[in-house]
Amino acid sequence: MAGFSFAAWGNDLYTGRRSYPIVARRKRWFAVAGVLAIASVALLLFKPLSLGIDFRGGTEISIENASTTAQGPAIAAVQAVVPGDEPRVASVGSNALRIQTVTLKDEQVAQVKSALADAYGIDPATDLSVSTVGPTWGQGVSVRALWGVIVFVLAAAAFMAVYFRAWRMSVAAIVSMLADLLISAGVYALVGWEVTPSTIIGFLTILGFSLYDKMVVFDKVRENADGVLDQTRTTYAERANLAVNQTLVRSINTSVVALLPVGGILFVGALLLGAGTLRDLSLSLFVGIAVGTVSSLFLATPLDVALREREPRIAAHTAEVLARRAGAIDDAAELNVVGSIASQLRPGHHLGQAAQPRRKR
Amino acid sequence: MLLPLAGLLTGTFLDGRSADNPGGASFAPGLALDLEGGTQIILTPTTTDGSQITDATVAEAINVIRQRIDANGVSEAEITSQGGQNIVVGIPGKPDQDTINLVSQSAHMRFRPVLQTGYGFPVAEETPSPTPTDAPADGATDAPADGATDAPAQGAPADPSVSPAGRSAGSPVVLPAADGASPSPTPTDDAAATATASNPSDLAQITPEIQQQFDDLDCTADGALVGRGGDAADAPLVTCSTDGLFKYILGPVEIEGTNISSASSGLVPGPNGTVTNEWGVNLTLDSTGAKQFAATTERLAAFGDGSPQNQFAIVLDGLVVSAPGTNEPIRDGRAMISGSFTRDSAAALANQLSFGALPLQFDVQSQQEISATLGSEQLQKGLIAGLIGLVLVVVYSLFQYRTLGLLTVASLLVAGVITYVSITLLSWGMGYRLSLPGVAGMIVAIGFTADSFIVYFERIRDELRNGRTLHFAVQHGWARARRTIYAAKAVNLISAIILYFLAVGGVQGFAFTLGLTTIIDVMVVVWFTHPVMELIAKVPFFRDGHIASGLNRARLALTAAKPRYVGAGRVAGPETIAEEVAAEVAAEVDEEPTEPALVGAVGRTPLPAAATDESGRRLTIAERRAAERKAAAGTENEEGH
Repeated sequence: MAGFSFAAWGNDLYTGRRSYPIVARRKRWFAVAGVLAIASVALLLFKPLSLGIDFRGGTEISIENASTTAQGPAIAAVQAVVPGDEPRVASVGSNALRIQTVTLKDEQVAQVKSALADAYGIDPATDLSVSTVGPTWGQGVSVRALWGVIVFVLAAAAFMAVYFRAWRMSVAAIVSMLADLLISAGVYALVGWEVTPSTIIGFLTILGFSLYDKMVVFDKVRENADGVLDQTRTTYAERANLAVNQTLVRSINTSVVALLPVGGILFVGALLLGAGTLRDLSLSLFVGIAVGTVSSLFLATPLDVALREREPRIAAHTAEVLARRAGAIDDAAELNVVGSIASQLRPGHHLGQAAQPRRKR
Repeated sequence: MLLPLAGLLTGTFLDGRSADNPGGASFAPGLALDLEGGTQIILTPTTTDGSQITDATVAEAINVIRQRIDANGVSEAEITSQGGQNIVVGIPGKPDQDTINLVSQSAHMRFRPVLQTGYGFPVAEETPSPTPTDAPADGATDAPADGATDAPAQGAPADPSVSPAGRSAGSPVVLPAADGASPSPTPTDDAAATATASNPSDLAQITPEIQQQFDDLDCTADGALVGRGGDAADAPLVTCSTDGLFKYILGPVEIEGTNISSASSGLVPGPNGTVTNEWGVNLTLDSTGAKQFAATTERLAAFGDGSPQNQFAIVLDGLVVSAPGTNEPIRDGRAMISGSFTRDSAAALANQLSFGALPLQFDVQSQQEISATLGSEQLQKGLIAGLIGLVLVVVYSLFQYRTLGLLTVASLLVAGVITYVSITLLSWGMGYRLSLPGVAGMIVAIGFTADSFIVYFERIRDELRNGRTLHFAVQHGWARARRTIYAAKAVNLISAIILYFLAVGGVQGFAFTLGLTTIIDVMVVVWFTHPVMELIAKVPFFRDGHIASGLNRARLALTAAKPRYVGAGRVAGPETIAEEVAAEVAAEVDEEPTEPALVGAVGRTPLPAAATDESGRRLTIAERRAAERKAAAGTENEEGH
């Protein structure tokens, strides 16, 4: 941190003294996002998400008269036969156990039976029954959830369009939110964990967080672009870029604060606990929050600028500003109008001779 | 803010949770199936019409059961099929009989005319004559004290002085819910009437076999009160009332439960608009049902008070819930069932009726306690991990915002306490139960909540960078941050509300948590963080921008960066509003003459304080004179005090 002060950096970003050309380099970000999205689609096609027992159903083994109702031996017994499976074990009553696994083949069932019989000291012929178990998260639940999501996205899009009075902004937000979801799903497929109801809930949270974050960044853009058409100093794109730069500090702080607890759960969940609700949930959340925060700055805002520069008024305004800038480089009189909009300073540029300080005597 | 806490305290005091009162209040929120375990009920379905049970019927039954449970509160029950035949329902905690009925009753409701009534227990002398002398409308009858019955299916205590109509006093009548002035349709005697009967109320339907069956029926016998569907719709039915006190011979079905468009529970209105303390169920029939109901009530009203045929029976799963008399035709298809209802049983019945009849009836095969599906270690370690994360959040916000970080931490604490109290209250009030995804949702909410503070603080810093004094920076920063916060939280709230109403099960629980934390988050920012910030702005330590306060001006003020000099001895602000800010700042200087001027320009000799304002802009001569006059006036005032 030597020589770097966060506050000073924030100041420079705020004033535009230090400005990263995020919007100007939008083609680069679109390319990156496109590559990631295509990679995710390819991943999902070649290595589809494996659905857990809650979605597909599976095999249920019930044990009676067990010597102990500890859950550990049962998990170990199943994993010895089907490595990587995450059986769900619950004790029923005082001396019985319920073990739910993915659908097992007959020879696997036989292996698991003998392993369980050894572990719990039971007679596999009388104390053990095997049946199938249906999905707890059936078709009905999925369809309802999907409807809910579709209606929500439409409602949020309508809300944003009305709030910002620009449908292009809401389109930009929704498109980048979908990209976030796709990339997060790709990462999840890459890791290869099973999809459980917790994963789905994680993805719903991502959806909400992503839109929320875009809302905050866009509100800053709206604030900066307020009255942008009434002046001829800066273009809409430059305003939006200043907004992104001014939001950088907030975005970094927010993502750190949101990621720390989730990251804690992810590392504890993945390293200490192994599979389970916490691990699935925190992975999807961790990836989603990180991707969502970055995409608000690097995808959503540039996309918004790209779309809105097609808006006739803004397009005309941009052309006018650029034309004036080309002709007004040495028009010191105009630059000296105090209180006119400060143009964004770029390192190495200066505002002409007249702007130099003079000592008054 | 303190209201929920007070509510919880009184609730805990008045309605403590204990072994015999599992629904009571306590200081710990209820936990869902995955964390606490619960009860596993295995149901074996059989169809009521003898058809094959297919996967489709099981799936439909699962949906209906899920809707009924969800309508009872957010408890995230787990419902699944087993072996393609059985349905396994996991309910958190220890469900009471009402809940089990809710799950396992098929809720076939039918309306049949009453042909004959009698007592449901063996009477020592004679079997009741076909037309009992003590007509039900005469009010209280001398029901023998040994009328104790099995646990009534509706969970209502058997009232020893209940008349055959199921009311303890007065004559029960179906009340028209409103004065329906619609023209009465001509009654149609359609296929409901059997060949031998001129209409469904015709006593000719009571054949000797049916009379024998009626005479032999003993409602106190074991198994007599088990609700059974599958009664033939177009034949008379001999059955008991749900509390086992009365037995009936009923005519063929006139109105099917499928014609009920909606049902709700409420207090029964008394005769002249007063509200009694009796619970009932309001029914609204669809147009077909309403037409049929008008015809039926018109016919029954003609029998006049006192005749058993004046009553019609409301039959649920083959047992009579209540058999009110009919005073006048009801033409608008709205009726109220009253009977031996408690508040809970009325709500349960309304709930069952609104979510439709199951195409199946169930035998409860087994009912066992089941342990938590997630090890308790999962929750423990998850919470520890979350706590470690929280500590890191505290450290980070202190690093970023110095002392101001303490405000973030305090606000998060306040939000945490309110959330905990709300959840505890809700688990007492509406059966909400916290599941592991719910816990994780709360941990994510930390990020959302902290973001409100971060947006707010950054706005304040922006205003300081514009050269405002802290007091005004807080005001302006709040005005700008508020708008962003409200807009962004609105998106969250929209998502929570839509998902809550459209989704089911776990997603619904998630939506509920999201909505709750969003509302609490906004409450805390508006009613805690901002007022405290305003107070802090008056404390010298912060006001003068101490290096450790996180509001250090030398680090934040624009002048710390290179001034953006635009000639004529003027420094431009960074914003469109530079002019505006300068003007406001000038005004603020007038208001706060004690503020030291802020010109900490690096490598630049500041102008004398009196000649510049906050932003370093030179004052005009007129402005300077005005300031002097003001200052003089101020000192005079002080002397005068």
